[in-house]
Parts: sequence; structure tokens; C-alpha cells
Amino acid sequence: MAGTDPIKQFEIVEYFSFGTIGADAQGEGGFSLAFTNSALFMVLTVGLIAGYLILSTRGRGLVPSKLQLVSEMSYEFIANMIRSSAGSEGMKFFPFVFSLFTFILISNMLGMFPYFFTVASHLIITVALALLVMSVVIIYGVYKNGFGFLKLFVPSGIPLVVLIIVVPIEILSFLSRPLSLSLRLFGNMLAGHIVLKVFAGFVVSLTSMGIFGIFGAILPFGMTIALTGLEFLVGALQAFVFTILTCVYLNDAIHPGH
Amino acid sequence: MASDTSPAIIVKEGQAIVTEGTQVQDEQAQKAYEGVATKHDGAKESIFPPFDQSTYGAQLFWLALTFGALYLLMKKIALPRIGEILEVRRDRIEGDLAEAERLRQKTDQAISSYENELAKSKAKAHEIAEETRSSIKEELAVKRSEVEDDLTKKLSIAEARIQKTKADALLNVDEIATDTVIDLVTKLSSKVSAKAAKDAVSRIVKG
Repeated sequence: MAGTDPIKQFEIVEYFSFGTIGADAQGEGGFSLAFTNSALFMVLTVGLIAGYLILSTRGRGLVPSKLQLVSEMSYEFIANMIRSSAGSEGMKFFPFVFSLFTFILISNMLGMFPYFFTVASHLIITVALALLVMSVVIIYGVYKNGFGFLKLFVPSGIPLVVLIIVVPIEILSFLSRPLSLSLRLFGNMLAGHIVLKVFAGFVVSLTSMGIFGIFGAILPFGMTIALTGLEFLVGALQAFVFTILTCVYLNDAIHPGH
Repeated sequence: MASDTSPAIIVKEGQAIVTEGTQVQDEQAQKAYEGVATKHDGAKESIFPPFDQSTYGAQLFWLALTFGALYLLMKKIALPRIGEILEVRRDRIEGDLAEAERLRQKTDQAISSYENELAKSKAKAHEIAEETRSSIKEELAVKRSEVEDDLTKKLSIAEARIQKTKADALLNVDEIATDTVIDLVTKLSSKVSAKAAKDAVSRIVKG
């Protein structure tokens, strides 16, 4: 039953290695820079996004072709998202937010192909992205507002007594942002793919059990189809959620006073 | 059977290994004693892949590389290009709209001036017609009065002539009657004086 192991799809496979950085004398520890299936799909994702956007807009058509229209719509979708949640000042971060959204969306969509690897199903990737977002928020917030950035934790127009309770809550909620941001994406992608694989595995196991098994496999087969649709939705939705939350956090960096 | 039980086991194992991993980090000194067998070799078979720390370095490295490349490609090439396309289109549309508005105003102006002209010429035509009509009326009245005068003059002349003719005729009637009476009486009685006949006629005429 090797084919139905729902965890196998998350395994990192090394294709070739460039050696490690910072390893000790025994070759232990340090960072391996191997080109893995994860790396392959990150490269694929970036190649797809950049290739599509650049090639489809090559004509610079005044009247857009269908391909160009998709690029323009994605541009305006993200631009409107930033403007509505972080104001026009947030457009400074447009390339960053656009890259985040397309990277997560396309890697999630690629992950829906059978035998393909889902980049966001690894915690380290989502943590890195979430920490990147929070670093941008904190660095820009401090750079732009100085100590005024701390106003983020002190809602205005609240009496002092309540502030004693509210400020720790605000700080806690700020600290939990990278956690929730990364775990939400990771958990959704991981759980979805496991469930999908488990139901698909049922189909395989049941059909090998003879005629009754084949009838019994109808139910998990239907579930697999339904879950596949759901996973497409989840993949797109999580990319959207990650991006809109990024916009909201960036808004905090730009306008720290509530 | 294996498919529904193995995830739970593996997750548990994964968590166990992660806690073990953190311990390993804390007690790096111990690592020297334990040697090779802790994390890499023994764990590789069963460790839950997302928690396998040995892959973190490579993933982070490639994420930084690819995401950085994506960011630069978006910032330098793709997004400015799409932005420019949208800008050019917006400008073009705005320009076209302004041009259309300008043309529309021009048309409105032309229409209003045309209508103005039309109303003016209509009024003029009306005026001319009125003038002509009144002048014709006047002329007609003059002519009519002339003709009427002429007619009344002619009428009075004619009446006078008729009167005269009538009187003449009446005179003549007397003569003719007298002659007729003379003739008649002559034929009837062979002899009658002209004076007697004349008396008789005047008696009858008067009576």
C-alpha cells in the first residue's frame, strides 16, 4: 500500500545538491542547498507567473487580448485590494503584495495536479513568508513613524483603566499574527491534501477487494471529486486571505493610530 | 487499513521528533556523545516531512531565491508594463471622451445657431408676407374704390340715359298710338280728324 500513504506526497526529494553551508567537521548540521522537488515547484511557480505576465502583455494592446486581460485583471484586483485596505500609500508595497498573492496562488494551484508538490504544505515556507510580511510591517512602521509605531498598541480615545487591559491584548494579538498567518496557510494546504489522498487511497484499497469493494469505492470516489473542487477553492481562498491580511497589517504600519 | 491509521502515527512521531529536535538544539554538547544516529539517519524514514528540519535550509534558500526573483521580475518588468498599458488606455479613453464632449458642444452650438437663423428667417418671411399682403390689400382697396366710383358714375349716366330714353319712348308711344288710332279709325270709319284722334288717345293715356 505504498501508493496510498497520504504523507508521502509531502516528502522532500533531493534532485542534486550544491553541498552544505556551515556544516561541522563530520558533515553534520548546516544548510543543505540541494535542489529539491520543493525548489523545482518554486521555480516552476515563478517561471509560470513571470512568463505569463510578461508574455501576455508583450503586445501592449490598447484593446487587450484575452490573455492580456487576465494579467490586467490580476493587476487591478491586487491594486484595488491594497487601495481599499491600506489606502493609496499602500501602493508602495504593490510589487511585494502582488508577488505574495501570485506566488501562493499559483503554487497552490500547481499543487492540485496529481504527483505535484505543494510548496505551501511545508511549515518552513509559510513561516518564512509570514515572517517576511511581519518584518516588512515592523521595519517600515518604525522607519516611517519612529516611536509613533507603538501607537499601534494603544487605541486612541480609551480611558486609562481600560488601556491597562487593552494594551497587553493588542501586543499579544500583534505577536500572534505571524503565527496565525503561517499556520493558517500551512494547515489548510496540508490537511486538504492529506484528506484528499486518504479518500483517494480508500478508492484504491476498496477496488482491490473485488466486486463489493468496487461498489463500496463509489462513495469515497465521489468524495475525492468533491474534495478536489473544494481544494481548488481553499487554495485560492488561502492565497487571498494571506494577501488581504498582509494588506491589513501593512495598513497598520502606514497608519499606526487606530 | 494502513491508510487511515498511518497519518496519526506519523504525526505523533513527527511531533516527538520535533521536541527531540529542540532538545538536541538545547543540548548541543550531548550531540557529540550520541554521534550520528540521532536525527538524520534513523529519523529520515518516519519523520513527518514538513517537520523535517534537515530540509529547512534548502527550502529557505530556494524560497529566497525564487521569491526574490519573482519580486524583482514583478517590480522591474511585469507590473510597470501592465501599469503603463492601463495608464495609456485610461489616458486614451479620457482623451476620446473629452474630444467627444468637445464635438458634442460644437454640434450643439451649430444646432442652436441654425435654429436661431431659422427662427430669424421665419420671422422675416412672415414680415415680408405680412407687408406684401397689406400692400396688396391697400392697392386692392384703392382699385376697388376707383372701380366703384367709375361704376357709380357710369351707372348714374346710364340711369340718366335710361330715364331720357324712357321719356323719349313714352313720347314716341303717344305719337305711334295716335298714328295707329288714325289708321284704325280711318280703316274703320274712313274719316276721322287728326285732332279727334289725338284727343281720344290722350284721354285713354291719361285715364
